[in-house]
Amino acid sequence: MNKGLKSNRRDFLKIAATTGGGLLIGFNWSACDSPKMKVISDQEIYDRAVNFNSFLSISPSNHVVIFSPNPELGQNIKTSFPMIVAEELDVDWANVRVQQAFLDTEKYDRQVTGGSGAMPHSWQRLRQAGATARQMLMEAAAKRLNVPITELKTDKGNVIHGSKKLNYGELANEAAALTVPEEVKLKEVKDFKIIGTAVKNVENDAMFTGQPLYGLDVYRDGMLHAMIQRAPFGMKLKSVDADEAKKVNGVKDVVTFKDNVAVVGTGTWPLMKARKLLKIAYEPIDKALESTAFHNSKFDEMLNSGAAEVKRKDGDVNAAFKNAARIIKSEYQCPFLSHSPMEPMNFFANVKEDSVELIGPTQTPDRARNAAAEICGIAPEKVSVELTRLGGGFGRRLRADFVEEAVELSKMLKAPVKLTWTREDDITGGAYRPAVKYRFEAALNSKDELVGYKLTGVGMNSGNSTRENNFPAGAIENLEIKSMAFDSPITTNAWRAPITNFLAFAEQSFLDEVAEAMGKDPVAFRLELLDKAKANPVGEIHYDIDRMRGVINTAVEKSGWGKKQGVSQGFSVYFSHRSYVAQVAEARIVDGKAILDKIYAITDCGIVINPTGADQQVRGGMLDGMGHAMFANLTFTDGIADQKNFDTYRLIRMKEIPEIETHFIDNGIDPTGLGEPALPPTGGAVANAIYKASGQRLRNQPFSNEEGMKNLNLGNPA
Amino acid sequence: MANYKLKVNNKNFEVDVDSDTPLLWVLRDNLGLIGTKYSCGISQCGACTVHLNDEAVRSCGLPVSSIGDAKITTIEGLSDNGDHPVQEAWKEVDVAQCGYCQAGQIMTAAAMLKKNPSPSEEEVIDGMNANLCRCGTYHRIKEAVLLASAKIK
Ligand code: FES
Ligand code: FES
Repeated sequence: MNKGLKSNRRDFLKIAATTGGGLLIGFNWSACDSPKMKVISDQEIYDRAVNFNSFLSISPSNHVVIFSPNPELGQNIKTSFPMIVAEELDVDWANVRVQQAFLDTEKYDRQVTGGSGAMPHSWQRLRQAGATARQMLMEAAAKRLNVPITELKTDKGNVIHGSKKLNYGELANEAAALTVPEEVKLKEVKDFKIIGTAVKNVENDAMFTGQPLYGLDVYRDGMLHAMIQRAPFGMKLKSVDADEAKKVNGVKDVVTFKDNVAVVGTGTWPLMKARKLLKIAYEPIDKALESTAFHNSKFDEMLNSGAAEVKRKDGDVNAAFKNAARIIKSEYQCPFLSHSPMEPMNFFANVKEDSVELIGPTQTPDRARNAAAEICGIAPEKVSVELTRLGGGFGRRLRADFVEEAVELSKMLKAPVKLTWTREDDITGGAYRPAVKYRFEAALNSKDELVGYKLTGVGMNSGNSTRENNFPAGAIENLEIKSMAFDSPITTNAWRAPITNFLAFAEQSFLDEVAEAMGKDPVAFRLELLDKAKANPVGEIHYDIDRMRGVINTAVEKSGWGKKQGVSQGFSVYFSHRSYVAQVAEARIVDGKAILDKIYAITDCGIVINPTGADQQVRGGMLDGMGHAMFANLTFTDGIADQKNFDTYRLIRMKEIPEIETHFIDNGIDPTGLGEPALPPTGGAVANAIYKASGQRLRNQPFSNEEGMKNLNLGNPA
Repeated sequence: MANYKLKVNNKNFEVDVDSDTPLLWVLRDNLGLIGTKYSCGISQCGACTVHLNDEAVRSCGLPVSSIGDAKITTIEGLSDNGDHPVQEAWKEVDVAQCGYCQAGQIMTAAAMLKKNPSPSEEEVIDGMNANLCRCGTYHRIKEAVLLASAKIK
C-alpha cells in the first residue's frame, strides 16, 4: 500500500463555513501539509474562482474546481496536474474545471515552469490533496448513513454504500466540518482510472476559437502600448532624435530610460512605424564590439589555454594519454540560439500609488513580482501577478527583463502599459542559448580498450558547459572534465535543456566516433560502458544504470537496430532532468540529399500521467532539437545579431520532419518531467544516422552550414 | 488617418486608422478580435492567417486600404459554436502545445479544405508548410487536417 505523507503543521489547517455551502480544500504545496479548508457557495466558486489560489473546491452542484499554480507554456501542466488531484479524489473528469492560479507564494512554493521540475516536485502533494478530500467526504458519508467507513467506497464523485449513492456535492458541507485527517491512503498505481488515460488539453475550446488567453491579448481601458529600441550588445545610448517618430498618428511620446528608447502610443502599428523613424546614436561601453569571428577565435584561445577549470577528475588521465596506443580527438561547436517562442515577449504593468498589477506570460512569476517591487520601492506583497497562458517559453521567460521594462514605463508614464516586443526585438534582444565549443579526446590502449577520456567545454557566458557527473563518467577509469566561460556582453540564458541541448549531441556523436575507431557497434559499446559502470563504478554516478539500459534495449527492439536493409541507423541515448531517452534515427541519401525518414524515441519518465501530452512533449522536444541542429544560426556583427526574423533565422517546417514513433517504459516509478529530456539526444541520433548514410561526420551546428551538407541539402523548403 | 468600412465575421465595422495599417492590427487593436495572432509581422509564419473572401491571407502584410469590400473571416467567426470540422478535428487530435500558432493553422487548413476537400497527404504538407509551429505540433496538424477532410466528406 502506498502510504500518504504525514501532516506536520496542523496549525496550517483552517476551516471556515459560509452561507451557501460547498467544500474548498486548499493544499499547501510547500510542505506536504494537510489542506486548508474553506466553504464557499457554488456561485462564489465560479464568480470568484481566481481569488482562491491553491484550492481544490467542490460545489454543491458537484463540480470540482482545481487550481493549477504553474505557468502553462505548452507542457500541458494545466491538464496533467489536475488529473492527478482528480485521480485521488476519485471524480469524473468531465465534472472537473481547471483554473489558472495567480502568483501566491504563501500557498505554492514552486510556481515556476523550468527544468522539467514541476512534476517530480508536486506528484505526492497533488495526490495528497485529492486523497485528503476524498477521505473527508467518506467520513461525512459514514456519519450521515451511520455505517462504518470501511463499508464505503467511492466512484466518479460519489460515495457508495451498497445501493446508496451520495454525490460529493451533497456531502461537501458536512465534510468541511470534520477534522482534517493527518494521514491518508493513496491509491495504488494499478487502481488509477484517470492517470494513464489520454485526457485532452483543458483549453482546446478556448485555443481553437480564438479566446483571449495570452499576454498579448491583454487590453485594458486607458492602457498605453509601448515598444522599446534596445542598445546593441556592448553599446550605450548617446543621443536620440525623435522628432519624426513623434509625428506618427497614434504616437503619444518617446521616452528614454537606461539605454532604451521607448515609443508609446495608442496602438501597435503606430509604434512599429515610429521606431523606424527614430534617429539614435550609440557608443561602445568599453570593450571592442563582438562579432562571430571574434567568438570563434576566443573558443580556440580558451581551448588551447589549458586554463579551464577542472570539474571532475578520475584516475590518472595524463598517464592514460601518455601510454595510449591511439588517441581520438574531435571538436564540436554550436552557435548562439534565440528561443523565439511564437508569442514574442510582452507584459502588462499598471503601477499605482502603492501597488502594482502585473499580467502576462512568465515562467517565473515570483521573479517578476520581486523585480517590480524593487523598481517601485514597495513590498512584494503589494504586487499582484496574473498568469496568462504562454505562447511558448523555452526558457526565455525565466527572465524578468521584459517585466522590468513594462514596470519602468508604467511608473514613468503613470498609466497602465502593455509592452510588446516585435519578432525582431525577440531575436536580436538577447538572453540566448550560449555558443559553445567542445574538445573531446579518447585514449585507447593497445587492446583497443577505452582507458582515458577528456572533455573541455568553452562557451560564451555559458557557465559550466559540461555535465561532469553524467554518462560516460563512472564508466571510464581515467577521466577529466573541464569547463571555461568567456564573459561576453551578449546575454545568455537557460534554453530548453540548458547545456545538454548541445552537449548531448556532441558527446553522443563522439562516442560514435570512438566506437567506430574500436570497430564496435555503437549500441554494444554503450552497453559495455554501462556494464563497466555497474561492475566497477568509477567515482560518483548520478544516473541509474538499469534505467538507461532499459531505454537502450527497448530502442534496439523497437527500431530493429542493425537488422534493417536500405536505411542507415544512428543511435543516441541521454539522461537529463531525471528522465532517460534513447533514440534511433533512420536516414537515406537520395539524389545526393539526406533524407531523414524516421526517429524512434524510447522514454523512461516513470509513470506517464497523460499519454497524449507525453507524446506531444517528446515529439516537440525532438523537433526542437533536430530543427535547431539542422537550421538555426545566430551570428553577430559588431554586437548586433545578423538574423532578425524568421526569413533568415530558420525554424523547422512541416516538410522537414521525419516520422516519429514514441514509446514509454511502463515501470510504475514516480513520474519525472518531460518538457526537456527528449530534446538532447535528437541531434546525436540524426547526425549519427547521416554519418552512416553519407560518410560525413557533422560536428558543427547548424548542419546546413557544414561543407558537405550544402550538397547533401537537408531539404530547404521550396 | 482615414475611415474604412470593414465586413468582419458578417458584421460591419468602421475604423479610423492610417491607410498602411495592416489588417492584423486593425483586428486586434481596433476591433478587439484578438484570436488572430502576431508573431513575425513579415508574412513568414502564418500566425496571423485570416480569410479574405475564403482565401487564406496573412493579415500582418495586408494594408487595410487594400481590402475594399472583401469579406473577412477570423478564427472567431469560422463557426458559430467552435464546431467547424477543422476545429472539431483539432480537438479530437488534441493538436496544440502552447496553442499560439493554432488559430493560424486552423484558418489555413479551413481555406485549403474549402478549395480541395480531399487533399492527399502530400497536398496537406504543401498547404500547411508555410505555417510555423515552434512547439513542433506538425505531426498532429497533418493528422487533424486529414481527419477534418474525412469529416467534410
Ligand atoms: S505574423 Fe503574419 S505571417 Fe507571421
Ligand atoms: S503550438 Fe506552440 S507554436 Fe504551435
